[in-house]
Amino acid sequence: MQTHTFKPDMPPPVLSVGVLGWLRTNLFSSWFNTLLTLFAVYLVWLIVPPLIQWAFIEADWVGTTRADCTSDGACWVFIQQRFGQFMYGFYPTELRWRVDLTVWMAVIGAAPLFIPQMPRKALYGLCFLVVYPLLAYWLLHGGFFGLSTVPTSRWGGLMLTLVIASVGIAGALPLGIVLALGRRSDMPAIRVLCVTFIEFWRGVPLITVLFMSSVMLPLFLPEGLSFDKLMRALIGVILFQSAYIAEVVRGGLQAIPKGQYEAAAAMGLGYWRMMGLVILPQALKLVIPGIVNTFIALFKDTSLVIIIGLFDLLNSIKQATTDPAWIGMATEGYVFAALIFWIFCFGMSRYSMHLERKLNTGHKR
Amino acid sequence: MKMVKSTLAVLTTAAVLGVSGFAQAGATLDAVQKKGFVQCGISDGLPGFSYADAKGNYLGLDVDVCRAVAAAVFGDATKVKYSPLTAKERFTALQSGEVDILSRNTTWTSSRDAGLGLNFAGVNYYDGQGFLVNKKLGVSSAKELDGATVCIQAGTTTELNLSDYFRASGMKYTPITYDTSDESAKSVEAGRCDVLTSDQSQLYAQRIKLAAPDEYVVLPEVISKEPLGPVVRQGDEEWFDIVRWSLYAMVNAEEMGINSKNVEEMAKTTKNPDIARLLGAEGEFGKDLKLPKDWAVKIVKQVGNYGESFDRNVGAGSALKIERGLNALWNKGGLQYAPPVR
Repeated sequence: MQTHTFKPDMPPPVLSVGVLGWLRTNLFSSWFNTLLTLFAVYLVWLIVPPLIQWAFIEADWVGTTRADCTSDGACWVFIQQRFGQFMYGFYPTELRWRVDLTVWMAVIGAAPLFIPQMPRKALYGLCFLVVYPLLAYWLLHGGFFGLSTVPTSRWGGLMLTLVIASVGIAGALPLGIVLALGRRSDMPAIRVLCVTFIEFWRGVPLITVLFMSSVMLPLFLPEGLSFDKLMRALIGVILFQSAYIAEVVRGGLQAIPKGQYEAAAAMGLGYWRMMGLVILPQALKLVIPGIVNTFIALFKDTSLVIIIGLFDLLNSIKQATTDPAWIGMATEGYVFAALIFWIFCFGMSRYSMHLERKLNTGHKR
Repeated sequence: MKMVKSTLAVLTTAAVLGVSGFAQAGATLDAVQKKGFVQCGISDGLPGFSYADAKGNYLGLDVDVCRAVAAAVFGDATKVKYSPLTAKERFTALQSGEVDILSRNTTWTSSRDAGLGLNFAGVNYYDGQGFLVNKKLGVSSAKELDGATVCIQAGTTTELNLSDYFRASGMKYTPITYDTSDESAKSVEAGRCDVLTSDQSQLYAQRIKLAAPDEYVVLPEVISKEPLGPVVRQGDEEWFDIVRWSLYAMVNAEEMGINSKNVEEMAKTTKNPDIARLLGAEGEFGKDLKLPKDWAVKIVKQVGNYGESFDRNVGAGSALKIERGLNALWNKGGLQYAPPVR
């Protein structure tokens, strides 16, 4: 009896495995792709080496004045010298610890919410959402309980960007959810009200809203009553973004099958408990990408406050480049701003992906 | 966008007309004294005129006007709060009472003076549209610019002035318009245009941005009149006078050779009746303005005379190095002239 032994497998052709294989299938699979690859390589070669040269190799890192920037590359001394202003705006230097403390409190206070085993998480979260804004206002603005007042006209830099973004998000989300529910309401008055609100705010550009809040509103108010400029901008941002959130959430509500509503009603749940316990948890989960998308857009839109003379991160940088001692540093400033904005937006998008993975287990196919 | 803009403009004008004239004589000074500081509207960033240093202090020629008023009213130039304003919101902020003075490189024109319910208290800088060229072109006058490619830094009237000037001189040009000063500076440097036009004060700031500032010159021709000055609400003549005379005090001080170093000495020892009247050593001229007797001393001591302020912020002592030109005193070939205190 002869046993048949298989010969060992021949190794695959060299050109179809490993780095070479990958290159061949992905970059050089046809003459057109080859051409595109070569073109892309050429572009990278054109852009990247000079960029590295400018940003790192020939850059000046240490010094205190413009005169210390002797080489041809970037002058990071400018960023280093004005770093405090880019972060805190004109917030008094000796009081900047209050801003730091506010940020640390947010980090430490929110940390327990990310621990999966934490008991009574919902209750803690609710308390945090109520207590933290008050504490933050007290720390940042002051004026009572022994802290001196720092008027909002002194706020600026990244701090102001974060204040506008986080207040905008915290205000627009609940308002947006209510508007979405209202738009699907059976009561005509509420429905018409919500539709009008949403369509109005979606119909105007944010820049117009800000402009109106800063240029027109003061003329209509009685003399002597001047509304804080930042407050006006915040209200504008919240109303504007809530309309977008409302439409995103409505998309989620429409995706929930009718059976869910009927089942919840059959269990004897009233409207608010049906929404709160059955519909919204499912709907919001579905629209996480849309909501985060809106948040990222909101974060970037905060830089529009430049047109009403608020000094957010971008405007602080622009303002610093008008100091005759640093004229002409705009490129360095804007590169720095882009980097900060990218870090925050990228962080938000990574977190949303993580959130989707965590919550979306039921839907994964 | 254009429609939105024009609609807004109409609305603004309408609203403005509605509220103009509410200011009452004396109301502003009373309010300012009550709150303890002058609320001053400044630019959101203009080299030499209003900008912030690394510590967040506002500096500049326009800022100095506000400091002078605070020095006159309170004897303390630091009692100013600043509201950085964009070009669009500046008049509203003044009309609605958000600021007491608008000192924000604002050109004095008839429509603003008469149509917006505002009063210009004086001119702290005579500006005008000019040209910046590379020395290599060998051009020494704007009359030689026929056929040039002109980079324009977009402004409210820059394009119009330019086309008027070239048409009146029978010359041709190719315009390239840029929105920001950084872009236009870069394109002059890259040689995309032969000449850059903007207000002269801007051109000097542009010049610092270039890699080799010394290779560029600002041509002598000025093709538009842009007198810049502080603005107050119409109807409160008392406050208007205080702002106007704070400015005049600085100009008068320069003319009389009074500066921040010698002012206190001069106030005590002077024999010159003009100086004695200005510095309050003789007469009661502060009282007419509802100001303390030594109001001018405080201004000159804390802010300096006009020449010192000019030099420190935009002139030879600054990075901008703008020549006095039209802003020299009247007896030195310029236009800065202040009526006497007596």
